Amino acid sequence: MSTAGGTLRADLAVIARHIRAGARVLDIGCGDGALMAILRDQRGVDARGLEIDPEEVEKAVARGLSVVQGDANRALEHYPDHAFDYAILSQTLQTAERPDRMLEQLLRVGQQAFVSFPNFGYWRMRMDLLLHGRMPVTRHLPVSWYETENIHHLTVADFEALARDKGVTVEKSWFFTGDRAVGGGHANWRAEYAVYQLSR
Amino acid sequence: MATVTAAPTHSLTLEAPLPLDSGQELARAEIAYETYGELAADKSNAVLIFHALTGDQYVASTNPVTGKPGWWERMVGPGKPIDTTRFHVICANVIGGCLGSTGPASLRAEGTPWGMDFPVITIRDMARAQVALLDALGIGTLYAAIGGSMGGMVALSLAANFPDRAERVMVIASAARHSAQNIAFHEVGRQAVMADPNWQDGAYYGTGKAPDAGLAVARMAAHITYLSEDGLTAKFGRRLQDRSAKSFGFDADFQVESYLRYQGNAFTSRFDANSYLYITRALDYFDLAEEHGGRLADAFANSRARFCLISFDSDWLYPTAESRSVVHALNANALPVSFVELSAPYGHDSFLLDVPALDRVVKGFLDR
Repeated sequence: MSTAGGTLRADLAVIARHIRAGARVLDIGCGDGALMAILRDQRGVDARGLEIDPEEVEKAVARGLSVVQGDANRALEHYPDHAFDYAILSQTLQTAERPDRMLEQLLRVGQQAFVSFPNFGYWRMRMDLLLHGRMPVTRHLPVSWYETENIHHLTVADFEALARDKGVTVEKSWFFTGDRAVGGGHANWRAEYAVYQLSR
Repeated sequence: MATVTAAPTHSLTLEAPLPLDSGQELARAEIAYETYGELAADKSNAVLIFHALTGDQYVASTNPVTGKPGWWERMVGPGKPIDTTRFHVICANVIGGCLGSTGPASLRAEGTPWGMDFPVITIRDMARAQVALLDALGIGTLYAAIGGSMGGMVALSLAANFPDRAERVMVIASAARHSAQNIAFHEVGRQAVMADPNWQDGAYYGTGKAPDAGLAVARMAAHITYLSEDGLTAKFGRRLQDRSAKSFGFDADFQVESYLRYQGNAFTSRFDANSYLYITRALDYFDLAEEHGGRLADAFANSRARFCLISFDSDWLYPTAESRSVVHALNANALPVSFVELSAPYGHDSFLLDVPALDRVVKGFLDR
């Protein structure tokens, strides 16, 4: 999977590395299917996708992927229990109408789930807010508060609390700043974004 | 002239009687079909395309009745999204049709036309007839079954009822059932035909008279449902036809009136009125969930095919919600399915017209 790291965002690369060859995968918010294509071509994964943007869906289908255009807030309920080995939700949890219900759905349709999200507890964000009193606009989250799709800002600590409350087991976790991995210690301060592998 | 006859390039007589959903059967049914591209030695590259309500088997070659190009030449041919240098494409006239396959204008054993004695057929009967054709051609499993509009319904019926006959199923601008609105528009059309005194209870063959006026009205009403309001406005607006002022009469003052009259009249020279009654009936009877215990997901319980559904945002005949309900039923079976609603201004007819995104999706789906 070394080539995957070169072409994929760091959070997707780490997800790709930890998916079993030949697994059944649902990629929620799959975009143009970059991760799915790599999983299919390099790992023999049976990958399906869900994406809200029709132009992205068209690109994914044009590369021969099985992608359904739909809104993850509503479409997941149509999939049967544990239809997939893994459900992937990358950089999308914070856009969900109800992230808690989304998490429940992920672990209903998937045996396991990978979730990645931007950490609003990252120290630069905290400093921005503290020093300037303005909602942070960063390299990783470049959109102003009034036009962002991120309607449920969360931190690493918030997510881990939600997982605990929901009885969700954290199998593994990874933290990044830019493309660089950072250790788990003080991740809520140090990580720009996080990736979790979850199970029930 | 409503009794259209054309010598089909290929025609096959089904030796075994074709069982029908009505309980009747059709003896020695004829299936007229066209093929394009070479069939591979292992017969693994066959693509069956199902035509729409008033379509025909001439998907990519000149229609001998109208002299017009094939109805999907922009999609099917060498180097096209459905590439005939790679695939062996088959397209057959549906039973009940009037371009060579057995329908109400065909002669029955006694040597007289069926007329309204022709049995009522269903979408599943159409699929069954084409499976019989595949059997006769020695083709077990299709690389893909593809259809738009009614053709999409036949493709869905094939997928549900003959799940091992197609590896890929593509359904464009279609639905798993006819809605009340769909049935209502068809009933207007049928009543227009049957109200025409020349219809003669369907026994107009050989009388020198045919219900052309009624059939033209039926076509006019249906044609509106194939377009979008925006499309009509862009094409015609309120512009007048070859005149500078309203005539204060009932001529075709407006361009849109003139256009519809032309479309209606042109239709009668290529389509049999009774076929129109029978095929619209088949569409109205179509409800794939009803056939499978009332739950659409159960229709696909035995399927292992890959599916691709496409709808168009301006199609109000078979709107996106109809495709989406099929997608949900396929998801419920965890089947591999692609679905996209494409943006195109042409209404239901978008599937036949220049929509580059459609070409890319069709090609991408068939590539793997």
